[in-house]
Amino acid sequence: MAQISPTQNGDLRRCCFGFAHLVFVRRRVLFTEKYSNFTNTKERLQPPSAAHPFGTDTVGRDILARTIYGGQISIAIGITAAFVEVMIGILIGALAGYFGGRIDSILMRFTEAMLNMPQLLLLIVMSKFFSGQLPNINILGRTLSGSVVVIVFIIGLTSWPYLARIVRAEFLSIKEREFILAARATGTPSWEIIFKHILPNSIAPIVVSATLGVAGAISLEAYVSFLGMGVRAPTATWGNMLENAYRYIESAYWLWLFPGLLIVLITISINFLGDGLRDALDPRSRTV
Amino acid sequence: MTRYIVRRLLQAIPLLLVISLILFVLMQNATDPLATMGGRTPTRPEDRARLTRQLGLDKPVYIQYLYWLIGNDWTKVDLDGDGTAETQGKRQGVLRGDFGTSIVQTGRPVTTVIFERLPNTLILMLTAEFVIVLGALLVGIFSALRQYSLFDNILTGILFIGYSMPIFFVALSTMYIFSINFQRWGLPHLPTVGMFDPKIGKTTGQIILHMILPVFSIAFISFAAYSRYIRSTMLEVLGQDYIRTARSKGLPKREITFIHALKNASLPIVTIVGLDLPLLLGGAVVTERIFAWPGMGRLFIDGIDRGDTPVVMGILMLIAVSVVIFQIITDIVYAWLDPRIRFD
Repeated sequence: MAQISPTQNGDLRRCCFGFAHLVFVRRRVLFTEKYSNFTNTKERLQPPSAAHPFGTDTVGRDILARTIYGGQISIAIGITAAFVEVMIGILIGALAGYFGGRIDSILMRFTEAMLNMPQLLLLIVMSKFFSGQLPNINILGRTLSGSVVVIVFIIGLTSWPYLARIVRAEFLSIKEREFILAARATGTPSWEIIFKHILPNSIAPIVVSATLGVAGAISLEAYVSFLGMGVRAPTATWGNMLENAYRYIESAYWLWLFPGLLIVLITISINFLGDGLRDALDPRSRTV
Repeated sequence: MTRYIVRRLLQAIPLLLVISLILFVLMQNATDPLATMGGRTPTRPEDRARLTRQLGLDKPVYIQYLYWLIGNDWTKVDLDGDGTAETQGKRQGVLRGDFGTSIVQTGRPVTTVIFERLPNTLILMLTAEFVIVLGALLVGIFSALRQYSLFDNILTGILFIGYSMPIFFVALSTMYIFSINFQRWGLPHLPTVGMFDPKIGKTTGQIILHMILPVFSIAFISFAAYSRYIRSTMLEVLGQDYIRTARSKGLPKREITFIHALKNASLPIVTIVGLDLPLLLGGAVVTERIFAWPGMGRLFIDGIDRGDTPVVMGILMLIAVSVVIFQIITDIVYAWLDPRIRFD
């Protein structure tokens, strides 16, 4: 290892300090909601510049800050919505697949009913239904508009049918295996067979579709917010930054380009991840 | 066969009832249709009370649903809004084909309002579906024949990107490049929004010109799913024994690909097209909004925004019913194409 002279050491220290300062102190400027919601009406619709690398929006907020902050919210919405989806999907798929018979046919009819409607239209109706005057919520020192929670739940509530079908199919095949017969013969209660014996064995396709579900939820949130029925102010997400941005398509491309590009990039990355997981976890599904 | 169709239709009835009930309850509480009725001036409280009674919105939700479903000609309704129900109801209900009248476009029947917009959506969607299927067939077959070639790999990459893209990004960027910047550079450019240039009028050429970008956007994002599907079914069929037999008989390659292989590979495509078509009716919400296309998607959004429950319910039921019908048609066509399948 090379000797570090005192001056170099000082440089290094200064550099470290600068970096730490940037990360821990200036972070408050770069990444906080306060800065992302800071409006300066004198700087409306500024094109990208050194001060505002992504430009400013219609009320003079810095788009870079909003993109960073909005990205956190978008990703958080994606992950939690996929979580809700997985919970409902597993519950319904497992019940239908394990118990079969009447429970199965009722649950599957219900699943079909859900699939009979375009998901986006259902989402719009539901988001309109649940979006009264919702109070803002404080989580981890952030103030989120109440519509964030609504969006998470309605995306979860409308995307489970595909997952439920996958889980059901897995359960149908695994419950016929001998170790389940053995578990039943030793008097293991049903819930234990479902959650301890069958579910862990069918986890691979669930993990894959949960991953893809995150990407799906992020773009769904963007669609609904784009139509102006998703997450409301003051919270920024990539989707609601795009709302009305298309009205400025001729004059201010930076309004839609950056958040749009980031949505594309993140969905591509998550889909790649999901695809890779599918190949790694479930070699049978690797199609020709 | 007839028994199968009848059974499927009977199964669909409770399904549709449940869907309609849930959607109706959601819609009733979603928006206040009276909020925008007074135009810019807020509605006066006494007018509001009168309108609520006239439109029957003061009734409990299950009564409103019942009126919507089976009509109100068996009871008296309060048409003048004075608080006493004295006029015989006229609505026949959805079950007898009466979808009610629009609240926003006062007095116009919902069916008229929807069927005004339906052709616009259909022309956009059917063209897009046609482009998708045709292109996906070409690409799918070609990449199946040259599996893992450079062409196949590059195409897979592009399709994957298209698959991950939200439609508004495709729409906005193509609009930005091909209409706005091309105009700026003095090149021949495509129109941005609308269905035709009002100066020229609604001619076929204008509509085609205005359709290019929306159709491209819809096609680009749904292309991947179709062509990957065709590629994998083609590959499966090409590995079958009868293809080997055909090859060993020395049949020309073109004949094997397009007659022996494609015929069998296209069976599953019928299924996805049949199941996707009705969903396309509502799938255009975002596209129609960006391109200001006067179709059903925009009608739906406007209806939601202004609380026009009859119109929104009409659109949703139209889609639900066509999904059910298309599922049955798909099954029948599939059985007709593939004699191995029997309905018992």
